[in-house]
Amino acid sequence: MMSENLLDIKNLRLSFFTPAGEVKALNDVSIKLEEGDVLGIVGESGSGKSVTAYSVMGLTAYPGRIVDGTIDFNGHKINDMSENDMRKIRGNEVSIIFQDPMTSLNPVYTIGNQIMEVILLHTNKTKKEATERAIELLRLVGINEPEKRLKQYPHELSGGMRQRVMIAIALACEPKLLIADEPTTALDVTIQAQILELMIELKNKIGMSIIMITHDLGIVANMCKKIAVMYAGKIVEYGSTDEIFYNPRHEYTKGLLRSIPKLTEKEHKKLVPIEGTPVDMLNPPAGCPFAPRCENCMKICMKQMPDYTVVTEGHYSACWLLQKEAVMQGGGRS
Amino acid sequence: MLKYVIKRVLLSIVTLWLVSTITFTLMYLVPGGPFLSEKAPSAATLKAMNAKYGLDQPKIVQYKNYMVKAFFQGDLGPSLKQRGRTVNQIISRGFPVSARIGGLAILIALLIGIPLGSIAALNRGKWIDNVIIVFSTFGIAVPSFVVSVVLMVVLSVKLDLLPTYGLATPLHYIMPVLALSFYPASYISRLMRSSMLEVLGQDYMRTAKAKGLTQYVILFKHALRNAILPVVTYLGPLLAYTLTGSFIVEKIFTIPGLGSAFISSITDRDYPLIMGTTIFLAALIIVMNMLVDIAYKVIDPRIKLK
Amino acid sequence: MIDMKKPLSMQLDVSDFLPAGKEERQSLVVMRQSVSFWKDGLRRFRKNNIAMVSLAVIILVLIFAFIVPSFYPYTYEQQIRGSENLAPMQYSQQEIGLKAQGESVFPHFMGTDSLGRDTMIRLMMGSRVSLLVGIVASLMVLLIGSIYGAIAGYFGGKTDMIMMRVVDIIYTVPDILVIILLMVTLKFPLVNLANNMPGFDWINRIGVGLICIFIVFALLYWVGMARIVRSQILTLKEQEFVTAAKALGASNGRIIGKHLLTNCMGTLIVTTTLQIPSSIFTESFLSFIGIGVAAPMPSLGSMASQAIGGITSYPYRLLAPAIMISLIILSFNLIGDGLRDAFDPKLKN
Repeated sequence: MMSENLLDIKNLRLSFFTPAGEVKALNDVSIKLEEGDVLGIVGESGSGKSVTAYSVMGLTAYPGRIVDGTIDFNGHKINDMSENDMRKIRGNEVSIIFQDPMTSLNPVYTIGNQIMEVILLHTNKTKKEATERAIELLRLVGINEPEKRLKQYPHELSGGMRQRVMIAIALACEPKLLIADEPTTALDVTIQAQILELMIELKNKIGMSIIMITHDLGIVANMCKKIAVMYAGKIVEYGSTDEIFYNPRHEYTKGLLRSIPKLTEKEHKKLVPIEGTPVDMLNPPAGCPFAPRCENCMKICMKQMPDYTVVTEGHYSACWLLQKEAVMQGGGRS
Repeated sequence: MLKYVIKRVLLSIVTLWLVSTITFTLMYLVPGGPFLSEKAPSAATLKAMNAKYGLDQPKIVQYKNYMVKAFFQGDLGPSLKQRGRTVNQIISRGFPVSARIGGLAILIALLIGIPLGSIAALNRGKWIDNVIIVFSTFGIAVPSFVVSVVLMVVLSVKLDLLPTYGLATPLHYIMPVLALSFYPASYISRLMRSSMLEVLGQDYMRTAKAKGLTQYVILFKHALRNAILPVVTYLGPLLAYTLTGSFIVEKIFTIPGLGSAFISSITDRDYPLIMGTTIFLAALIIVMNMLVDIAYKVIDPRIKLK
Repeated sequence: MIDMKKPLSMQLDVSDFLPAGKEERQSLVVMRQSVSFWKDGLRRFRKNNIAMVSLAVIILVLIFAFIVPSFYPYTYEQQIRGSENLAPMQYSQQEIGLKAQGESVFPHFMGTDSLGRDTMIRLMMGSRVSLLVGIVASLMVLLIGSIYGAIAGYFGGKTDMIMMRVVDIIYTVPDILVIILLMVTLKFPLVNLANNMPGFDWINRIGVGLICIFIVFALLYWVGMARIVRSQILTLKEQEFVTAAKALGASNGRIIGKHLLTNCMGTLIVTTTLQIPSSIFTESFLSFIGIGVAAPMPSLGSMASQAIGGITSYPYRLLAPAIMISLIILSFNLIGDGLRDAFDPKLKN
């Protein structure tokens, strides 16, 4: 099926050129997204998940630069576009909500001002129409007394409400793609659930795609159809939610799943963390980046980066273990 | 908000009262008195002066008289050395001059400091940032009398471009105002730079960019409004600096402002003038500080409703 | 989704698929050495070229101001008849005469002033005064401010509130005015004291102005430091090591002194270092307007003030102290900035 992909990232390499050296943040990342998809990108801090998402919007912070690869979004060639053209699609065709709602809103301007700002920027609405739209959006995200809220300042709202405002701002121009960068990490657990529910509800109403970035597997289980597991700037495993959860084929993914405490476990069972520390991205190793922390590490894992192996249709993983059988049997199918 | 204003006003009144009382105590209650420390006048002269200036009354009465006159009638008494003139007259003659120079200096300091600091922050690490940092680091290290004198030597004595003393023409204003604004311009520039750098690293700046706003809007609407807050806080001390800095500038450029009158009153031992000027300047500083603090609370909505 | 790669059987060796031992894996991990707070900060400071140069400058100035005068043939109050108003390296008639007779006359590197005093030695003494005032005043501010702030922050509650109210009031009092006032009024009684009571004649030598400066610094200038220390203490006291110390029975004094203040050390050092140029600035300002050290003891400010009259004929008399002050203040500022960058990485640009 060759439907027009909403988002097509091909072999993206991105590095930060710092005084200390070149930090290779993304090493050959590829992602495809169709309209209506909900993709979860899972990984720990420094894995490159946020960097990937930001690059779609051209928000890569200085001194970062795309070194290789292409990004196609909604018919635009992102990596070729001028800053001027990028501005037209930011907040308009693709939006993003950030992790910390406390600091993501400008403290000296009212909520209304900040919502209407993006409406007036990308549409031809009059101020009055924009105000009405802002009220409508606030209602949509579940904020009561929207007229009153318009005049309030960010510090007058709770964390959950602020995040709803961020969602309202993000959805104001009905984008095709919403990127959510750990939207609930800074919130209480109960609020977390509400926000996630809201996002699913809105996605169904408006019909947009979502990329959900998180380190929390629990969230992706509920929301996402597909999951990409990232480690050290690479996608190490990719597949549908069911496949990832019930048939994980990368040691890192397995480690992540193991470390989730389960209610059904017997008491006194120890928590199982993944040993070791994350990779130094200034000097990434030649082989698989997860090697030092992998229980089943083999000699080849330290020497060479594994290629992707297809597990089932739409599910692949980059791990030498999957090649082991084939090679042990002397060059069988791969 | 009202509660805060009232609290501030009360605090200012207390401070002003404290300063005037300290001043009075020092001036009049220290043994030796204003007249005795000079060559001892004859007994008759002493008696006459005491009577005229009310110095033969008990100290408490003197204190009460002075305070009442000063604060409720605005009368700061007669000058001791400049016969025939009251302190009020001297102040009202000298202050407008000082205010003009000081006001211009503050204006220039803001007009130079804020843009320079912002430019430095936006171009962090590049050559223009380094130039501005060097310039402003020098600026806060060089005392104002050094700047004044260097300016005078170079522009007036050697190159004969500008007049040396007095305030006859607009040209006369250039050097004193420049000399006075040198330090604050550098300080504000450094302050603005670090403030702007901090603001630029904030999350809401990322949000602004993610909305697709232009650089212009991001800078002037979102960044500046936040970055300028510390500069507003600095306005109070800035004023105090300008007032005291004017002493030096007026002395060097021979400007008949309040500053030079004050300096002369010190050397002349004209106690009522010293006292009156001190109280006047103190009141000015205290009131301006209070206004700036209140203004800050108004501008920053986070604090408004505390 | 992903391009299917070339057949894997090409370059692979079966032995490569043997498990790798733990030690082998560890070798891949490069752990950075953990360094102590002080070593780390000092290392960073040493890398800061500008700060190191400034430090060198200050050391040179210290030598110039404190050590060289002991070896110098002239003293600051010594008035040499016949040698008035000499230009740098110029010799007076008498001195030329002496030289002709074979005697060696130490040159006046910076000439002499209108009273025949060697400018160079006066420059050294002036620098000494400025540095002493700067350092002593800053230490006073450090001592009073940090103790006050620590007590307010540690005990909190009502104690804190009252203490900070006092700070608020003191903060609003205009300092220069009070100094000037004190100077004017205390001059007479202090001079009286110096002349009439035995053991107080040092007052005359130092000068009433200087005493007033120190008094006012002790009264007013510590409030900034107190505020900074208090806010640091407020954050620190919530941390666990304080609870641990309390649980072990440490007294309040010990907790404040040993545990809390030592953790603020970085901030304290930086703030004190930056207070020094500020104090020197104030002192030179006051000396310039005539309220400072008493003549004949020179101060860089008073030297500049006296030199204004002869600015056209003897510009060096003004430039020397002016450049000296600027150099001292600039160097301390740069050192302070360097210390701040080194010890407080969160504040780093």
